[in-house]
Amino acid sequence: MTESTSPGFAGLEVGQVVAEREVAVTRDMLVRYAGASGDFNPIHYNDVVAEQVGLPGVIAHGMLTMGLGASVVEEWAGAGNVADYQVRFTRPVPVPNPGEAIVTVSARIGALDAERRTARVDLTVSHGDTKVLGKAQAVVDCT
Amino acid sequence: MPVNPEAAGRSYGPFEPYEVTRVKIREFADAVDAYSGAHREVAVAQAEGYLDLVAPTTFAVVIAQRAEFHVVTDPEVGVDFSMVVHGEERFTHVRPLIAGDVITTTVHIEEIKQRAGISMVTTRAELVDLDGAPVSTVTSTLAVREAA
Repeated sequence: MTESTSPGFAGLEVGQVVAEREVAVTRDMLVRYAGASGDFNPIHYNDVVAEQVGLPGVIAHGMLTMGLGASVVEEWAGAGNVADYQVRFTRPVPVPNPGEAIVTVSARIGALDAERRTARVDLTVSHGDTKVLGKAQAVVDCT
Repeated sequence: MPVNPEAAGRSYGPFEPYEVTRVKIREFADAVDAYSGAHREVAVAQAEGYLDLVAPTTFAVVIAQRAEFHVVTDPEVGVDFSMVVHGEERFTHVRPLIAGDVITTTVHIEEIKQRAGISMVTTRAELVDLDGAPVSTVTSTLAVREAA
């Protein structure tokens, strides 16, 4: 962590929303994420393969959705200040072609640890009415 | 062939070190909409107190998945990759990854749980720097369905 950008611990309250974002996920983003991450599983770009394994079509990488969530937390926490981040992948995000899948991310304070000066940030990540990540929690070092 | 539960406890690596570069950090930051200048401009990163560009929170997956590849392709573990769904992922960072880091990774099969035709395979990748100091732990759980 770096103290120059870490959020101040004082004044934080459980339940407080610290960052929110809406992301329009497109096939272009899946291609970009595949290249950046090295995850070339064809279910993330090839409808035929996706349907063969029982999916409605191409779906977003779970790790892309997780990464987009981290970026929302970082927007508040500052780069390099997320010490721990975990998610459970509960539902896929189908990405149409043409078109886009709207993913909404809301990050709120879930718990505060005064001794360690850390904040647990709970993320709600949804596609329409469906929560796509479960137990999505980030621990942020504060000052 | 189903997943072999006896494979729990196996370790793989260390593998050829991974060099964290500015170009890859920028590329990954663009891919996950991470907007901080500390992922893009050295001057910004240094003004924030870092030696060089800072990797986004989940960048470590790039390194960890290279190591996990050895687990899912080990015939004695028996993972059919076409039947894999990602179940859970966790990053625990001692410090953020920084451009210029040279990272060595070992991966361990933590646990294999089986029920109702699904194997839950949990791996733990340990990332250390050139001095051998721990940087990140990446824990990943794959759900592997058995072919019908």
